[in-house]
Formats: sequence, structure tokens, C-alpha cells
Amino acid sequence: MARVSLGGWLLRLGGYALLVLGGVLTIAPFYFMFVFATHQRSEIFGFPPPIWFGEHFLTNYQILIEKIPFWRAYWNNFYLALMTTITSLFFCSLAGFGFAMYQFRWREQLFAVVMATLLIPAILNLIPFYLLIYQIGWINTPKALWVPAMASALGIFMMRQYIISAIPKELVDAARIDGCSEFQIYWRVVLPLIRPALGTLGLITFIGSWNRFADVNVIMRTQETKTIPVVLRTLQGATDVEWGAIMAGTALMVAPLLLVFALAARQLMEGLTSGAVKN
Amino acid sequence: MRKSVGTSTSGQGSPPLAMRWSSFQRRYAPYIFVSPFFILFLVFGLYPTLFSLYMSFQAWTPSDGWGRWKYVGLENYTFTLTDPMFWRSLWNTIWLGVFSGVPQHLIAIPLAFVIHMVLSRFKTFVTAVYFLPYITSSVAIALIFNTLFATNNGVINLAIAHLNTWPLLGALLPDQNINWFTSANIKYALALVVIWQFTGWNTLLYLSAIQAIPKDLYEAASVDGATRLQQFRYITLPLLRPMMFFAVSLTIIGNMQLFEQPFVLLNGGASAATPGGQTATMYMYRTAFEWLEMGTAASIAWLLFVFIGILTYLNNLIFGRAARGGD
Repeated sequence: MARVSLGGWLLRLGGYALLVLGGVLTIAPFYFMFVFATHQRSEIFGFPPPIWFGEHFLTNYQILIEKIPFWRAYWNNFYLALMTTITSLFFCSLAGFGFAMYQFRWREQLFAVVMATLLIPAILNLIPFYLLIYQIGWINTPKALWVPAMASALGIFMMRQYIISAIPKELVDAARIDGCSEFQIYWRVVLPLIRPALGTLGLITFIGSWNRFADVNVIMRTQETKTIPVVLRTLQGATDVEWGAIMAGTALMVAPLLLVFALAARQLMEGLTSGAVKN
Repeated sequence: MRKSVGTSTSGQGSPPLAMRWSSFQRRYAPYIFVSPFFILFLVFGLYPTLFSLYMSFQAWTPSDGWGRWKYVGLENYTFTLTDPMFWRSLWNTIWLGVFSGVPQHLIAIPLAFVIHMVLSRFKTFVTAVYFLPYITSSVAIALIFNTLFATNNGVINLAIAHLNTWPLLGALLPDQNINWFTSANIKYALALVVIWQFTGWNTLLYLSAIQAIPKDLYEAASVDGATRLQQFRYITLPLLRPMMFFAVSLTIIGNMQLFEQPFVLLNGGASAATPGGQTATMYMYRTAFEWLEMGTAASIAWLLFVFIGILTYLNNLIFGRAARGGD
């Protein structure tokens, strides 16, 4: 019955063409990052610039680990992201559970405060945050970065939304009758049931803290405590910039995120938008 | 409903210990569960913010030593408000906000519509490709684009040179290599990077809103003979307004704080040569950590805070009423 018109076909064809063109433009910088990581500096800025992989990745890698403590920085990134993720999964789901499952005085007002903090522009707090860390003597210590990030407003919001939609109140009451304490209800009943939401929040938190720069840059002053974005940036300041090595380092920094994203893209994208749509 | 638990003793004095403990718990547990966020917020969010308000009326530099501030009244504010560099950086930020923000939405809305209309099986894959830049570190992105923007033999300049040989397009494009790192050009380079990085995020937001639009609306419209374009104009666009409000709010807040991309692309802010690329937050950063004028930097932060508040309020006036269904 449904006859497709010529105009419909043209629109569809134009649509495909547009999507492919946009996709190529989106992927291209990543592609060149990996290609440049395998070329020396003279080749990257030669004519024509390389468009296929070369054989100098190991040379670039050598330069990279000579000039900066690359794997130390990599570990710092990993440690920071891991601590932030584990602690915020715990505190955000606990608070989300509190807001979703209990009636208590000031609940709406407290939740409004949580949401309002999302509107405070983070980078404007950089200077006072630095001064506070300076004052309490946490400069050059990783806890200065992960302790303040242990419970995020976005995480609490996501957890609350998911718990409201996924956990029936009767289940919680049944657990109470069976003699569970309130914390046991959270830990043994609710937590196992909200795994998908925990997965999404975990991904978002891990990616977000893996990529942190501005605050890490001012808090971590010694080479041993810096993370990859910060040390890679210092390479850029040299007089002879080793762009091949920088691209190799950038590729190694981005690669794990690309891998994780390839495995969990659907869950991540759905999780990111579900809260936005429901409201 | 739960009274069966303790019926044996009900009506004979105080309820059993287990039950009192349970109601005590139920009453106070939620406060304990939500408290970590508020403790962290008070210590690492609210206190520093209020402290920066206090700092903005003081003169202090780290070499003075902790606690040796000097009250200077409104001096930091009058200095900032009469500082041409502040206004220049604010203007750059607004320019960049408009020229990187508006195209993001102008591309993302039709893109989301096309993805929704044309694709079925590969929808997630295609959206994921467009979304990729959003999850990538801004520093990594700026470093990559730093090589792509090279004046001689940079990939972007070579692509423009190649497009120049095309019949119609060539007339629109400059026929010489562009030096992207001059004061006049750097903001175009920055705008391109920001558009590239955040269009996919907005596409995802709009796509999720488009998918929530009931199918029968489109079916009814096509029965009435509406073309795809008319459907887009009269169904999709009006119903997207709440999402537009949300997405534009995020863009405003994000764009007014642009820091990492200009900071890295300008190699920490070579501002003498390229004042055109200095954003307001970058200026704040340099005032604090290069020139070590903490009080002045705090005043910049507070002025920006007020400014972002005004913009968000204006956005609320334009989109917000319709978003809340008051149109």
C-alpha cells in the first residue's frame, strides 16, 4: 500500500549523504590523532601531511616517556577516576534512595538545594576552592580532588529518578517486615536492583574524572602527582614541541575511553538522556 | 498496615524495643543517607563561594602569607569594571558563545530529525559516532586541533585549499593558507572546535525529545497531506521547545565558562599576540595564578556569576514560558 514517492526517496538519499558527511567530519580528528601518533614531527607538518599510519610510534613513545612520567600520570588518572567512581556510586545511590523512598520533613527543599547546585558554574569556584585546599594543606594530594567529588548532584538526581521508577515501595515494606534495618534495605534489596543505573553513573563519573583538567592543574604542582592531561599540556610549552609524542600520549589517553564507549555506548547515551526527558 | 508485627504488646504501655528502634531508624535514616552530599557541599562548595565573596573585597597575594589580607572595599570591582582587558575577554566570551552556541543547535535539531526519520537499525551506532567528541577530554581535543590548524600543511588549511578547486564553493573560500593563531582568527578556530565537540551532545538531547513525540501526530498530519518539511515545521519544532530551553540553558552555562579549549589551543594564553582568544574564565585564571591577584580574580568570578545569572534569566524569559506549557 505504502508507495514511496520520488521526493521521499530523494529526501532519504539526501539524509544519508548528510549523515555520512557529518560522521566523517566527526571521526576525522580522531583518525588524524592516531595517524600522527605514528609519525615524526617533520612528517606531520610536511607536505602532504600523512594520511596513513607510519612507523614511528615507538620513537614517539620513547620521547614521551623520557620527557614526562607518563605511566605515573596514567596511574594518577586511573586512581583519581576509580576513587571518585566508587565513592560517588555509594553516596549518590544512598542519597537517591533517601530522596526516593522516604517521606521526611524538608525533603522537597533539600532536593531543591541539590538541584540548584547544578546551576553554579563550576570553574568560577576554582580560586576559592584552591585557597581552601591550600588552607587545609591538601595541595599535591589526590584526596583534594576525589573527596569533594564523592557525591554529585547529577548522580543523586539520576539515582532518585531510577529508584522511583524501578523499585516498588511494597518491596521496601516487605523487607522491613522481614526485619531489615534501613541501611540493609538499601544495601541488600535496592542496590542489586539498580545495577543498570549504577553502570551508567559509573561510566559518566569515570569519564568525567578521567578528563578533568582545570582543578587538577592548579592543585597538583609536582610531576609525581599530575595527571595525563596536565603533563601532556606541559609538553606543549617546550620550545621544540614534539607533536608526534604529544599525539602518541593523547592517543594513549583517549584509547581506553573509546574502548569503554564502544562497549557501553547504548547504556551511556540512554542513561544520560533519560533524566532529561522525564522532566 | 504493619501493625501485625507488634500486636502482642500493643495497648500495654510502651511498644517493644525492636519496634521503637525501627521507627527511630525510619525517622532519621533518610537524613543520614542524604547528609554526605550536604556536608561536602557546605565544605567544598558553599564555604569557598562565600569565601570568594569575602576575598573580592580584599587585596591578597600568596606571598603575603595566609591571613594577611587587606580590606580594600570596592577597589577590586572598580578595577575590574574599568579594565579594558576584562571587557575584551568578556566580549570574546560572548562572541564565542554566540558563534559556537547557535550553530550547534542549528545543526543538531535537523540532524536529530534526519537520524530519527531515515535510520532504524543503525540509529544507536550513528548517534554514538556523533556523540564521541563529547566524552573525549577537552585537552586532548585541543591538542589534536592544534596540529590540524597548522598554517603550513595543516589538514584544515589543505582541506580548504582543496575545496577551493570546486566550482561554486571556491568563490566563498579564501585562497591562501589561513593563520588560525592570529588574534582575529583564533576565535573562529575556537568556535569550530567547540561546535565539533558539542553538536553531538545536543543531537542526542534533541533525538531523545523527538523520540518522545507520539507517532499518531505525524500519521494524522500525513493523512491530512502534510509533507515531511511541514511536519517538521508544525509538529517537531513546537514540541521541541521544552528541550530547546534545557539544551540552550546548558549551552549558555557551558559556553560562558569555556576554559580548557582556549587555554590549550593558545598554549596557556599567549595573550599579547592573541587577545582575541582570551575568554573571561581564562582571564580570571591568569589574574589568580599568573599575576597572583586573588582578590581581583575573585571579583571577576563574581561579576561573571552575575552575568551568567542574567543570561540564564533572559533565556528563561524567551524559552521558559513555552517550556512550562504557558504558551
